[in-house]
Amino acid sequence: MLNTHNIYFRYDAENEFHLPDLSLKGGQNLLILGQSGSGKTTLLNILGGLLKPINGEVIIDNTSIYKLYESKLDKFRGNNIGIVFQKPHIITALTVRENLQLAAYFAHSQSGDRIDYILNELDIGHKAQSKIQHLSEGEAQRVSIARALVNSPKIILADEPTSSLDDVNSHRVMELLMEQAGKMDAVLIVVTHDQRVKNHISNRITVGVKK
Amino acid sequence: MNILKLSWKYLISKPLNTGLNILLLALGLSVITVLILLQHQFESKLTKGAEGIDLVVGAKGSPLQLILSSVYHIDFPTGNIPLEEARRLSQNRLVKNAIPLGLGDNYQGFRIVGTNHDYLALYPHAFSEGRVWDKPYEVVLGSIVADKTSLSVGDTFIGSHGISAGSHDHDEHQYVVAGVLESGNNVLDNLVLTSIETVWFTHDEEEENDHNHDHDHNHDHDHNHDHDHDHEKTDVVVKSGLPESEEEREITTLLVQYRNPIAAVQLPRFINSRTSMQAASPAFEINRLFELLGIGVSLMQGLAIAIIIVAGLSIFIALYNAMKERKYDLAVMRTLGASKGLLFFHIILEGVILTGIGAVAGILMGHLFLSVLVNINEQGPISGISAWVWLPEEIFILLYALGVGILASIIPAWRAYQTDIAGQLT
Repeated sequence: MLNTHNIYFRYDAENEFHLPDLSLKGGQNLLILGQSGSGKTTLLNILGGLLKPINGEVIIDNTSIYKLYESKLDKFRGNNIGIVFQKPHIITALTVRENLQLAAYFAHSQSGDRIDYILNELDIGHKAQSKIQHLSEGEAQRVSIARALVNSPKIILADEPTSSLDDVNSHRVMELLMEQAGKMDAVLIVVTHDQRVKNHISNRITVGVKK
Repeated sequence: MNILKLSWKYLISKPLNTGLNILLLALGLSVITVLILLQHQFESKLTKGAEGIDLVVGAKGSPLQLILSSVYHIDFPTGNIPLEEARRLSQNRLVKNAIPLGLGDNYQGFRIVGTNHDYLALYPHAFSEGRVWDKPYEVVLGSIVADKTSLSVGDTFIGSHGISAGSHDHDEHQYVVAGVLESGNNVLDNLVLTSIETVWFTHDEEEENDHNHDHDHNHDHDHNHDHDHDHEKTDVVVKSGLPESEEEREITTLLVQYRNPIAAVQLPRFINSRTSMQAASPAFEINRLFELLGIGVSLMQGLAIAIIIVAGLSIFIALYNAMKERKYDLAVMRTLGASKGLLFFHIILEGVILTGIGAVAGILMGHLFLSVLVNINEQGPISGISAWVWLPEEIFILLYALGVGILASIIPAWRAYQTDIAGQLT
């Protein structure tokens, strides 16, 4: 499902990264660990189709994503990659449901009942009509997960998804991510330095060994 | 969810900001709308009002005032001219037709105009009821007069002296409504039309009445003398040309139609230099009026454009600042699959929706404003202008506003286009 080869990226002479090759099948999880500045976020951006590497290839579902034309990549990303960020980054001008509808609209997917299904799965169905300002932090993070899942992505990328949450919510978010990834047979990659997350995923790599 | 709805949601998430920008733009555009409506209708009204009248001859004074009072019935007359002098002029070989006007009375502020049937023929007209006057004291009401006074054929009323409401009444003889005109959207709508003889006789009675009061019994002779006049009154009125009178009568103005183009050159000069009267050309005076008004119109236009520019700037600043707050939103949208072009369009659309609403609001406000203006100014110079006429120029107002919207949003939209996803979110 996800393969990378020889990914190399540099911001400047002191910040260059050679990233390990990955090969993951649907349903597999991976934890990427590393210190700040180790390049783990850069790796996540590259895997998510947000940052074109200087060298190397990212192949998702037999598509080498950086060979796609820019707007094709945008659409591909919307359809196949769900990203959960450290902060929820939910659009406050919209309600919870509208945020999910927007994700479906950008990916040109027919969400239909799936929005309600996902919201109920994440136990925020009762907040569907709520404004974002009225959500707690844990709820907001679950909305952002729901948004990442609404188009049934093949790859779920989570960048420090638990760092701003307390223990209870942190545990819950990880459970939800793994459960949903399992249901969708998707690859789940979590980038973190949060010790609490390590208990959930055994398959892990560490980046940040500068060469 | 679609991009239009998305832009709309962002606009209504800041109702005060959005409302203020719409209001500002609408204000500027409403002024432009009023100006366009006024200019268009005023010009066509003035041009239409003067059709068929080549020259106005009246007492010496301001030529513009002469035109305004005799053709458009908005200013005060310059004075009267002797009937005999007017008659000599009407017999001039350069004059094709001459229509006398006798002004000086009103009914509830509507001017009573003594004239002949030719005056009616100057304008397209039709009777909604009754017929034209053919006896003294018979009058024909314009549509607006009939409407406002609720008078109809057979009703009688008493006029007042002077050309605006509130002067003392002529309580001697009542006017009888002989006919009511349909609305022709011209000067006739606001006039009470009658024969010139009616105007004379009304004032005869006035004088007679004054005599009675002032001198009481001492001047019975005078009384009798005046009374004799009454018997001289005819029961018929002239339908065309000037009426004969044995007395020294006066009229207010004479509307002249030229027989040939040479008249345009010779007649005004002749009248102005050889007689005690003055001649004024409606076409020339209207042009002069437009030139005078033009300064005011330009000033208003400038003001309106300044308001619109400020509105455009305000929209630009609001959007530009919002781009800072919304950089995360935009980056998230990119990760969700929105292309750069779509985000560009999303921001442009916000500007366009904003100014589109502003334009529609502005145009409606303009019409509303004008209708209020017309309503409180029923008998003034803008009476008869209809506020709810839609002009093709108003489409340009809309396009102009949309242009402002695009211009104001293009830089913010460009910033949205360049959103750096990886940099914003991690």
